[in-house]
Amino acid sequence: MSRFKKGKKTEMKAINTASLPDIIFMLLFFFMVTTVMREVTLIVKIKPPEATEVQRLEKKSLVSYIYIGVPVKSALFGTKPRIQLNDQFAKVEDIPSFIAAERQARDENDRKFLTTSLKVDEGIRMGIVTDVKQELRKSGAFRINYSTRKVEKLNFAKF
Amino acid sequence: MAKPVQEINAGSMADIAFLLLIFFLVTTTMDVDTGISRRLPPPLTGDEKPPDINERNIFTVMINNRDRLLIDNKPGDIRTLRQQTKEFLNNPQNLEDKPEMVLKDIPLLGKVRVPKNAVISLKNDRGTSYKMYIAVQNELTAAITELRNELALEKFGRRFTELTNEDQIKAIQDAIPIPISEAEPVDIGGQ
Repeated sequence: MSRFKKGKKTEMKAINTASLPDIIFMLLFFFMVTTVMREVTLIVKIKPPEATEVQRLEKKSLVSYIYIGVPVKSALFGTKPRIQLNDQFAKVEDIPSFIAAERQARDENDRKFLTTSLKVDEGIRMGIVTDVKQELRKSGAFRINYSTRKVEKLNFAKF
Repeated sequence: MAKPVQEINAGSMADIAFLLLIFFLVTTTMDVDTGISRRLPPPLTGDEKPPDINERNIFTVMINNRDRLLIDNKPGDIRTLRQQTKEFLNNPQNLEDKPEMVLKDIPLLGKVRVPKNAVISLKNDRGTSYKMYIAVQNELTAAITELRNELALEKFGRRFTELTNEDQIKAIQDAIPIPISEAEPVDIGGQ
C-alpha cells in the first residue's frame, strides 16, 4: 500500500553558479566604462552653486582643477576659505607654477585648449575667487569654467 | 592514452570579480562635470585707454557685498535681470537709451538685426557671495541663450541648443555673441 513514496527525501539541487563571474564581470566593465578615476581627495568642503545654463566639460584630460572652500577639518585648519591644488592647500601665489606644471604635462598641441575648472563652494565670498582669476589671467590660462550643479529652475527665494 | 585534462575550479572567480568591482566602485566617481564656461580677458598692461563706448551701448550690472543688484544705475532684482538683458540686447522698440540696432549680413542667416556694439559690463565686490555671482552669470547666459534659440527657431526651425550642424551653430554665435565684460573688481564693503 505505498500510495505515498516513503523515505528518500528529494534533495535541494545546488544552483549552478558557473555564470556568476560573468555577471559580475559585466557589472565591473559597466562601472569601468562609465566612471572616471577620482583625481584628488578633497580637503576643502565644496558644494557647487546651482545654475540652469550649464555646459558639459568635454575632454576631461584637458581640464585642471582649482578647489576653493572651507577646510573639511576646520578644527585643525580654521574656517577661512582656502585654495586646494593637487591634494594640498595652496596660496594664490602658487597658481602660476601650478598652471605651468599642468601645461608641461600636456601635449604641445593641446596646451591652448587647457581649461581651468574652478570648483568653488557656493557660500564663500568673491574676494578669493577674484584673486585666483587675476592670477589665471597673468598666467595666460584664459579658458575657465565655473563648476555648477544643473537644476531645472533657480530658486530666487533663496537670495 | 592521453590524460584527461583536469577541470580548473572556477568557484572563486566570482569572488575575484567582486573584489575588482568593489575596488572600482570606491576609487572612481560618476559625476559629470558641468559648469558655465567663460573666457578671461588678457591682463592689463597699464597703458590702455578706457574704450570709447556710448552710454546707450553699455548695460551695467553691479553686485554689492550684500548681494544687491544695481542694473543700469537703478536698483534691480535677479528675477527681472533676464528680461532686462533680453530687452537690452534686442531693443524691440528701438529706444534711444538702448543699443543701436543694425542689419548685419551673416552667411546662412542673411540679414539679421543685431546690436551694433552692445556690451554687458559686470562688476562685483570682493564681498559678493559666489552663489549670487553665479546666479547673475547664469541669468545673463540664459538671456543670450533665449535670444539664440529664438533666432535659430526662426532661421532653421530648431532651437539653438538642438542644432547639430557646425556651420549653423557658428552662424548663430556670430549673430549673437556673449558680450559680457567683467570690470576690474572693487573692494568697498570688505570681506
